Amino acid sequence: MLSDQVTTAELHPSAPLTECETGIYHTFCPISCVAWLYQRVEDSFFLVIGTKTCGYFLQNALGVMIFAEPRYAMAELEEGDISAQFNDYHELRRLCVQIQQDRHPSVIVWIGTCTTEIIKMDLEGMAPTLQAEIGIPIVVARANGLDYAFTQGEDTVLAAMAQRCPDWTPDRTATQSTSSPPLVIFGSVPATVVSQLTFELQRQKVEVTGWLPSARYADLPAVGEDVYACGVNPFLSRTAITLMRRRRCKMIGSPFPIGPDGTRAWIEKICHVFGLETTGLAERERQVWSQLEDYLSLVRGKSAFLMGDNLLEISLARFLIRCGMIVHEVGIPYMDARFQAAELHLLMRTCEAAHVPMPRIVTKPDNFYQVQRMRDVQPDLAITGMAHANPLEARGTGTKWSVELTFWQLHGFASAKDLLELVTRPLRRTH
Amino acid sequence: MKLAYWMYAGPAHLGVLRVASSFKNVHAIMHAPLGDDYFNVMSSMLERDRDFTPVTASIVDRHVLATGSQRKVVATIHRKDQEDEPDLILVTPTCTSSILQEDLGNYVARAAPYTKSEVLLADVQHYRIHELQAQDRILEQVVRHIMDPERQKGTLDTTPTPTPSANLIGFFDLGFHHRDDSRELRRLLHGLGIEINSVLPKGGSIPDLHQLAKAWFNIIPYREAGLMTAKYLEESFHIPYIDRTPIGLIETRKFIGEIEAILQTRGVDRHEYYEKFIIHHETIVSQAAWFARSIDCQNLLGKRVIVFGDCTHAATITKLLVRELGIHVVCAGTYCKYDEAWFREQVNGYVDEILITEDHTQVADTISRLEPAAIFGTQMERHVGKRLDIPCGVISAPAHIQNFPLSFRPFLGYEGTNVVADLIYNTFRLGMEDHLLELFGGHDTKQIGESQMAESISNSKGCQWTPEAEKELAHIPRFVRSKVKRATERFAQEHGYPVINLECIYLAKQSTSVDIETIQHLLFNDETEVQ
Repeated sequence: MLSDQVTTAELHPSAPLTECETGIYHTFCPISCVAWLYQRVEDSFFLVIGTKTCGYFLQNALGVMIFAEPRYAMAELEEGDISAQFNDYHELRRLCVQIQQDRHPSVIVWIGTCTTEIIKMDLEGMAPTLQAEIGIPIVVARANGLDYAFTQGEDTVLAAMAQRCPDWTPDRTATQSTSSPPLVIFGSVPATVVSQLTFELQRQKVEVTGWLPSARYADLPAVGEDVYACGVNPFLSRTAITLMRRRRCKMIGSPFPIGPDGTRAWIEKICHVFGLETTGLAERERQVWSQLEDYLSLVRGKSAFLMGDNLLEISLARFLIRCGMIVHEVGIPYMDARFQAAELHLLMRTCEAAHVPMPRIVTKPDNFYQVQRMRDVQPDLAITGMAHANPLEARGTGTKWSVELTFWQLHGFASAKDLLELVTRPLRRTH
Repeated sequence: MKLAYWMYAGPAHLGVLRVASSFKNVHAIMHAPLGDDYFNVMSSMLERDRDFTPVTASIVDRHVLATGSQRKVVATIHRKDQEDEPDLILVTPTCTSSILQEDLGNYVARAAPYTKSEVLLADVQHYRIHELQAQDRILEQVVRHIMDPERQKGTLDTTPTPTPSANLIGFFDLGFHHRDDSRELRRLLHGLGIEINSVLPKGGSIPDLHQLAKAWFNIIPYREAGLMTAKYLEESFHIPYIDRTPIGLIETRKFIGEIEAILQTRGVDRHEYYEKFIIHHETIVSQAAWFARSIDCQNLLGKRVIVFGDCTHAATITKLLVRELGIHVVCAGTYCKYDEAWFREQVNGYVDEILITEDHTQVADTISRLEPAAIFGTQMERHVGKRLDIPCGVISAPAHIQNFPLSFRPFLGYEGTNVVADLIYNTFRLGMEDHLLELFGGHDTKQIGESQMAESISNSKGCQWTPEAEKELAHIPRFVRSKVKRATERFAQEHGYPVINLECIYLAKQSTSVDIETIQHLLFNDETEVQ
């Protein structure tokens, strides 16, 4: 992993320069990933092992979902758990048996939190024993606020699931009648986006053999030495590393399919790796852009400031610049310059083509300083967390909650319009 | 360990943050991992606060685990002292950081000599108390911290104000209708000729605390927070307090009676004036007494309801329902377990059953067992009501953004009696209306709407859908599916697709404006229901 002290430029001479601030910024706790993951993996149950603080966060952040009998719960640690008066294993077994009886999930995902880290609860050690005892797979992901921010929670879960994927066997390839090598796409996106992106690749004669995560736990894709893997979200660096190092997959490093430009670059890169000529992609992209003209005329020449909280920022900034905006600053919690290399490269090319300066990229930003910088540059649009949205609006800066972008569909050609619709909202508002 | 899906009261540090953000010019520093600063989100969203929430985290990360966080905490205190120049910096541990057992008190002691602000470490025990208890305790701690040194030196001005005056203690940020309650109570006291000495903590400031002892008496409108402060002021300065909640006509009258009694001990007799005041307000200002006599209310007589909420609201609303409206409360309950004895004493004799629990499933089970005509509870009970088809009026925190209204909606005082009467009546009325509609076969227009829609769909029956396309359609949320279907079919006809396949769907989505209003704003919002 990249240490914060090393700038990306030292690592990759061609990469843009990044700065690192104090890390006092607002973001969601990574356990929030259960909110979307339990919906994507339909037969799962997520058990967050933590304190009242974690529980109250989920309850408030997830709003109305909490009333829909979600397939997640807190294992709330009490004083006796902290001081080891109770036996962790017996406590967890009691709760997991209850979940098994009430909900019959195919997999229970344990989410480790800050507290389990500090009291050094050996979740990875207990899971295999308990799994054997009660006969249901238990996946352990340490999605805690000591180490990670917001969407990185998904990364820890998918990295853990990657270990559970079955092995790819050559005889399985024999039954496949496709020309392209096996390809697994990783990243959790809504079912409609899964079928859209699969469909786009199909048009280029690329067969997707599986998605991580799959809609059902039993359908996790097979991975192995012959399998290519490609990510759809910029925050999945641990999953990428697990697939490469532990499962021996071949990684396709590409920009992410966010915005029509990103989608095209993503498809082209996959086809390029497979030695396939793409057909009609340029036309497809041009068509999408032409349909966006109403929105583009709104954003052209306007400026944006991304405070940074969900790691989608580089891709979003690249898309906004391609739309004709000027981006002053891209805050981002953490930047894996290797996993994001292709995306960073596309960002630089996009800036060159648009004749605009590269935005300042700030990892571990400091919200207080950012607000001061924003006062200087007066952006038309700030993409920010909900803690700052209303105060910034009250100071005359149009804002878009970044959280909405995390939960909404961003990927593929067909989502571009909705993405711009969201982003341009504060600009369209009449005063 | 316990399996938990929902909790009525938050963790203790939230109570500390609520004290800090309620005061003017107080900054809180929380010793917490990344992502624990969601209080700022709640404050910004629910209160729609225009200012940045005065809460900063001193982040606990791996580095801190290895080396300790002294430097970081001290630096953050100094930084905030310079940046915001607050009167007080309140440092609080969180659940996680309390396990680290770092000596935060020592860090505060090291930072304090070099700051212009007062610096104080909040005394909370995360695994023993929750948000509401912490609020009470920390407010007292702040008041004591400011007043005690001066009291000991004898420099504190304790001369009572020339005219009768009171401190209002216990209004907080994110409190249930606290903003309007505070306004209404001030109005009531103004009418009674009582000056407001201070309001704490919401709207108050640290310099104000030096004046606290000048008040004739203190008013603690809510049971949950403020009592400890009132008791401290009573012990140290012999200032009496009133801890009655003026919700409903009877309690408001008693509340005024208690004020009168306190004034009498100081030789001020306002008996006649207050009698007239009460009669005027009960007949002219408040409609509640008349409402209770009106034909509408006769229909509510003996209806069975369940009340659940915090101590203050559950107890007072129960008494109001029984004594003022003749409604039959089959069960009253609270999640404030720590205050069980008080609650039992309050509602004893008015209800059939008392329920003390922090477990929402137990409340839900009780509701489904007793099948009341209406529920008065929190957001959780509202959702239970939805599931069981029982109307629910929200009378207590935890609440969503709907209970932070823009309009003036107090629960306290005479305007409060009107607001509460509306709430009760509307809750019953809606339930009755639904029931009657069902009885008479539902809305006529519903069927017309449906058949029109069916027609418009069948108009485009030239379109065939491939199985994959139909599967794709099934992913679309139910409440917009037919809309999307029609838009896609229109697109297919215009662009000459004989069969609607995946390509057609995606191109249609890309070109037609999919109704963006259907985005579910799931966060901090309760407008839409998850399918």
